[in-house]
Amino acid sequence: MISDTNDNLKIENSAPDVAVLVIRHLYKSFGNNHVLDDFNLEMQKGESVVVLGRSGSGKSVLIKCVIGLLEPDKGNIELFGDDLTGISEEELDKIRAKVGFLFQSNALYDSMTVRENLEFPLRRHWIQVTQEEVNIMVLDALEDVGLAHTIDMMPVELSGGMRKRIALARTLILKPEIILYDEPTTGLDSITSKEIITLMRVIQEKYNTTSLIISHDMNCVHMASNRVVILVDGKCYASGTYQELEQSMDPKVKQFFE
Amino acid sequence: MLLAPNLKLFLIEVGDLSRFVGHFFQQWFKPRYEVAEFFRQCYVIGYKSLPLIGLTAFIMGLVITMQLRPSMVEYGVESQLPVIVGIAIIREIGPVITALIFAGKIGSSIGAELGSMRVTEQIDAMEVSGTNPFKYLVVTRVFASVLMLPVLVLLGDAISLYGSYLGVNIRSTTSSYLFWTQIVNVLSFSDVLPAFVKSFFFGFAVGIIGCYKGYNSKKGTEGVGRSANSSVVLSSIMIFVIDLLAVQITDLLGLN
Ligand SMILES: Nc1ncnc2c1ncn2[C@@H]1O[C@H](COP(=O)(O)OP(=O)(O)OP(=O)(O)O)[C@@H](O)[C@H]1O
Ligand SMILES: [Mg+2]
Repeated sequence: MISDTNDNLKIENSAPDVAVLVIRHLYKSFGNNHVLDDFNLEMQKGESVVVLGRSGSGKSVLIKCVIGLLEPDKGNIELFGDDLTGISEEELDKIRAKVGFLFQSNALYDSMTVRENLEFPLRRHWIQVTQEEVNIMVLDALEDVGLAHTIDMMPVELSGGMRKRIALARTLILKPEIILYDEPTTGLDSITSKEIITLMRVIQEKYNTTSLIISHDMNCVHMASNRVVILVDGKCYASGTYQELEQSMDPKVKQFFE
Repeated sequence: MLLAPNLKLFLIEVGDLSRFVGHFFQQWFKPRYEVAEFFRQCYVIGYKSLPLIGLTAFIMGLVITMQLRPSMVEYGVESQLPVIVGIAIIREIGPVITALIFAGKIGSSIGAELGSMRVTEQIDAMEVSGTNPFKYLVVTRVFASVLMLPVLVLLGDAISLYGSYLGVNIRSTTSSYLFWTQIVNVLSFSDVLPAFVKSFFFGFAVGIIGCYKGYNSKKGTEGVGRSANSSVVLSSIMIFVIDLLAVQITDLLGLN
């Protein structure tokens, strides 16, 4: 059945297990364009939630708010129990070190090799790390995505699917507790998409990470989610498992499953 | 009114640029200092511009000398050719031409590089990787421009004068000793210093405008092209504006 998440929010935080991510009454607009309009979401450790929404519905805006790249107009975002509102730059960096972000466009640094791309977040977040440790971690992350042989290549020399995997490796290298995926399969053919999704699930199990996945690819939604949240008009319109939502009679939910 | 929307856009642009410059002055002295990236930018911005600046400066000195000679001969002051050329190059032509070429090469490449980093979310990726992209990208590039352009101007002046020496020797012969002592004797502090000081400002203008245009690039590849293009146009205009201001200021200070 479909539950309105506003009711779910009443759960008290008294449990010793703090939610990894809590979004409460989030508002964000650009001029007259009200992109997020009272959005709510709560995620527990190890959960894998897919946010489903049409193009331009504000999915990227939502996760950019979560990582602090955009500042919400109103509302709270808590990561690991820390509220992001009004937080200092140093505090924010400490939280960001525990969060992975896979960009929609991969955002690999064009001027750096694959190795330097992977080293960048390591050296920046963990200042006291030796070159040997860095080398081992870079190789580990590349092996996780099956691309150890590309270590000295430049991003332009790689295919779209390979670039996505390198971006994923760069996200993984800090062993984040939560990973935010912005449309991980967009622009990839269906076989490569499946590989990426499988990889995401393998990583999820190996490191027991929490995943927030933004997508409109039903394959991805079906394979990668424990729970699906539908974003319509800036609100969390419906939420439930894939199977629950698939049976829904609501026209706004149904349109995604056709 | 046709002008009104353009004027409004222009004022918005001025406001945004001023805010960007203000942000620069707030940020540059705060740690963390991106020293390694700064040196890398000095290499890219300074050292790699050297061949281009050297070539244009050489041709400039040679051509000016050859162009001036007929008039000088006509007035019977041919012997003063090195002096006239030397003053023109050191006071005005050297700094301005070098700065304009620098704007064309470095302004456009900074604009395009930061622009494509912006539209492909690389700047956002830096930010989530525990790096302040403004310090890492903007502050380092602006400082590298400010420090490297005056050096390039000095080298360019020297190469121009060498070109001029060859230009003098095409039709008549001067010993290089005579050529250089003639120039050095006539040059004073007030010729060299204002020219040197204004090249720091030229460097700042090129660096900050390139960064501003790139950093605020609009989505899409068209946006990147536009950033590169408009940073060259705007910084070239700024070079002339600064030049105009500089001559007024040196005048007021009685350094002329
Ligand atoms: N920086 C910004 N300034 C102004 N408007 C913005 C900005 N970022 C996003 N928007 C607007 O917010 C809305 C949502 O954008 P968003 O990128 O979140 O969509 P999306 O759901 O991720 O779409 P897609 O599936 O195409 O990636 C769009 O209407 C967009 O124009
Ligand atoms: Mg998006």
